[in-house]
Amino acid sequence: MITVADMLTLSGVLFALAVAGIFLNRKNIILLLMCVELLLLSANFNFIAFSRMLGDLTGQVFVFFVLTVAAAESAIGLAILVVLFRERRSINVEDLNTLKG
Amino acid sequence: MPLTGEATAVLVEILFYLFATLLVAGALGVITARNPVYSALFLVFAFINSAGIWLLAEAEFLAIVLVLVYVGAVMVLFLFVVMMLDINLAELRRGFTRFAWLGWLTALALIAEITTVVWTRGMAGVDLSKGFVPEPAGFSNTRALGQVIYTRYAYPFELAAVLLVVAIVAAIALTLRRRPGLKSQDISLQVAVRAEDRVRLVKVATEKRS
Amino acid sequence: MNPHLLIAIPLAPLVAAVIAGLAGKFIGRAGAHTITIAGVALSCALSLYVLKQIYWGGAAAFNGPVYTWLVSDGVHIQVGFLIDRLTVLMMSVVTFVSLCVHVYTIGYMSDDPGYTRFFSYISLFTFAMLMLVMSNNFMQLFFGWEAVGVVSYLLIGFWYTRPSAIFANLKAFIVNRVGDFGFIIGIAAVFSYTHSLSYEAAFAAAPHIAAQTLPVFGGVNAMSLICIALFIGAMGKSAQVPLHVWLPDSMEGPTPISALIHAATMVTAGIFMVARMSPLFEYSDTALSFVLVIGATTAFFMGVLGVVMNDIKRVIAYSTLSQLGYMTAALGASAYSAAIFHLMTHAFFKALLFLAAGSVIIGMHHEQDMRKMGGLGKYMPITAITCWIGGLALVATPFFSGFYSKDAIIEAVGASHLWGATYAYWCVLLGAFITSLYTFRLLFMTFHGEERFRHAQADHGHGHDHGHAHGDHGAHEPHESPLVVTLPLIALAIPSVLIGYFTVGHILYGSYFGNAIQVLPAHDVLAHMAAEYHGPALLALHGFLGAPFWLALAGLGTAWLFFLKRPQLADAAAKRFGWLHRLLIEKYYFDWFNENVLARLTRGVGLGLWKAGDQGLIDGAMVNGTASSVGWFGGVVRRVQSGYLYSYAFWIVIGLAALLGWFLVRA
Repeated sequence: MITVADMLTLSGVLFALAVAGIFLNRKNIILLLMCVELLLLSANFNFIAFSRMLGDLTGQVFVFFVLTVAAAESAIGLAILVVLFRERRSINVEDLNTLKG
Repeated sequence: MPLTGEATAVLVEILFYLFATLLVAGALGVITARNPVYSALFLVFAFINSAGIWLLAEAEFLAIVLVLVYVGAVMVLFLFVVMMLDINLAELRRGFTRFAWLGWLTALALIAEITTVVWTRGMAGVDLSKGFVPEPAGFSNTRALGQVIYTRYAYPFELAAVLLVVAIVAAIALTLRRRPGLKSQDISLQVAVRAEDRVRLVKVATEKRS
Repeated sequence: MNPHLLIAIPLAPLVAAVIAGLAGKFIGRAGAHTITIAGVALSCALSLYVLKQIYWGGAAAFNGPVYTWLVSDGVHIQVGFLIDRLTVLMMSVVTFVSLCVHVYTIGYMSDDPGYTRFFSYISLFTFAMLMLVMSNNFMQLFFGWEAVGVVSYLLIGFWYTRPSAIFANLKAFIVNRVGDFGFIIGIAAVFSYTHSLSYEAAFAAAPHIAAQTLPVFGGVNAMSLICIALFIGAMGKSAQVPLHVWLPDSMEGPTPISALIHAATMVTAGIFMVARMSPLFEYSDTALSFVLVIGATTAFFMGVLGVVMNDIKRVIAYSTLSQLGYMTAALGASAYSAAIFHLMTHAFFKALLFLAAGSVIIGMHHEQDMRKMGGLGKYMPITAITCWIGGLALVATPFFSGFYSKDAIIEAVGASHLWGATYAYWCVLLGAFITSLYTFRLLFMTFHGEERFRHAQADHGHGHDHGHAHGDHGAHEPHESPLVVTLPLIALAIPSVLIGYFTVGHILYGSYFGNAIQVLPAHDVLAHMAAEYHGPALLALHGFLGAPFWLALAGLGTAWLFFLKRPQLADAAAKRFGWLHRLLIEKYYFDWFNENVLARLTRGVGLGLWKAGDQGLIDGAMVNGTASSVGWFGGVVRRVQSGYLYSYAFWIVIGLAALLGWFLVRA
């Protein structure tokens, strides 16, 4: 029988791995986006776990919205990526330092 | 089909740990794979396993949506982009391990913190060791969600739709490019053209035969 | 008493000073001296009227505010007058001497371009001094005290184009600052105990204050601290050792000012103040001992310096120091009446001496060096006679005014039982010999003997050091001064002789001061002396038998021998006792010490504070340090702000982890 604690721990591990992924693949925007997807996924695990525990569907509705936003986010993120690549012939994050004054 | 009884509970647990193991393995693959294409495929694998766990948790609608939307749409988009762009992998891999220690350290810290909360401290008296109460027979997760989404959350739902439209428009607007010198038809101009624009009547004086 | 009348006394000179000072160009020289003399004369007349009212008319003392400047936290800061017998005596002396000086100035300054300015200053000075004297509270006392200081600064530096004058006025100002610092501390201490600035409150609280101990320097009696602090102020104003150094240098000012300020009035402010504060000083034997020793030291050692000076005005200046020392010693011996009495007689004969010296200087065409004088008695008889009168009064010849006051002081100091009284007695007693020595030296060198100015005429043009032009007198023969100069001499000579004889019974041994001056029975030396008093004539006859008279006679003999009969003996003595002579010429190295140790130390500390404190700490560490540390911090933080997207992501994630950790640890 799946317990809430199991789910939460799983989501925590997933979250930690995604964070580690951000550190590891700090230069590659595509992988960064994928790691963000993983982060969102781990958050969704929590929503579902608590929704089931409390018998309240609101958590699942929220997961639905999260999925929507995540889809929109990756669509726009990838679009930006494409434009960026067109401009610079690179998706290396280290080249994206125009924020520095 | 609702699962009941001691045996099914054990089965569910076994399946959960199987999916969970595969999920973690998939996530590890995502973050360590040398090639982004492999990363994307590992991510697909992770999503499928997640969907499995969600099914076990009786969140069937979301599990299906995860597979359809993520695996079917988002990840395909990722793969398109990864393959479409001519990425210098060697350059991106350089310095891979430079901040690795920091990454693992942060990850460990987070895991430690979360497990501390979940397993030793508890959350303000909430019993986390309870299993999920199985839904009654004949319960439709999809129907129940639909009832909530189209009633209580109708406006947020509409907003989500708007958000998606905006995302589509934004994505197209960002990537659309006009190439100069490209021959193409402009139909509205063709339709709106007038005779005066195209034909010029010129009075030509008659030549005298010399 | 009518307060309006009292207000008019200080205001008349003030108004005159303002008119002469601001409108001097329009009213001209005659206008300036007319209006200021009128102002001071009015003030003098009113003072004498008030004196008559109080002394003969039996009017009660006036004590009350006339104007409230501000009230803060229950403290009234006001202009108020306390007019009792002490005050009215001072007022009369001040205004009378001031009037004489005003008249005398017409002659002395006649060819000076700063004529109207000078009259404005001396009238202003009279105003300030009157405010000081008439005050009934510490605030106004301090105002008058400082105003007197300011005007004295202006007057010493009157010939402001002469570097020596500027040096002298700066010196006077700075030395007075030192004293004023003590004075302020004293006033503040009084205020902290009474929460009031009025004399009345302070006097009423005196026994209470005397019972307190202040936790400074390991526990000091509060009254001793207050009195010594106040007396340090008096030391500055009344030029007591070691704050005396400014007074001889102040002779850089015009001679009338030397007479007015540095003989008769301003320097007596300290004496007056201590007498006024007698109800406080009486409660502290420590402070009285301190006063006594300082005064006696000044009386003897400053007098000795007068013997070696050659500038006629400096000799008189050192004599003034010495006489102020006598007054201070009298204060220390609780003989306040004697101090005030000597102050009064001294004001007359010292002003007389100064003005006579000024007359000599005019006669000698602004020559001040006594070595270039001699035999002048023949040419300037009035000056010589009046100057002799002043001199005889100064050396305490019986029947002259100085005798009554000075002998009383010597006797009072001798009768005192305070710590240091024996030392003080010997100082003041030997001081009588010294006084006589330098006085007769001055008289002999100036008016008698060889006419040395004839040798000096070759270099006469360089000999005088007055910067202002003096008319072409043609012949360099000395001449008697005009009437405006000699008239004040005569006017001052009369009281110099007589005033002692007629007032000693009332002021010194009678009950003139009443309760204006308070003396505890244990200290009351004058009461013993009063018991043996049988009239002024008998006292004077008795004086011929006293030690001071014989010492003075010895001084006369010595002066006659060394400076008239055998002048070469003086030079031989100077050579024989070279080290002593040198010590005296260098004025005990006080100036040397001040310039080379104190001033250098102060400059060093100032430089150190400027370099280390201001430039280093405030400018460097705090002002520029703030900027540069902000810059440095910015530089450090800028590394964090790398512009790389991933570093922001890192920080977010690490921050999240840290935040979670903090929540866990805290909860």
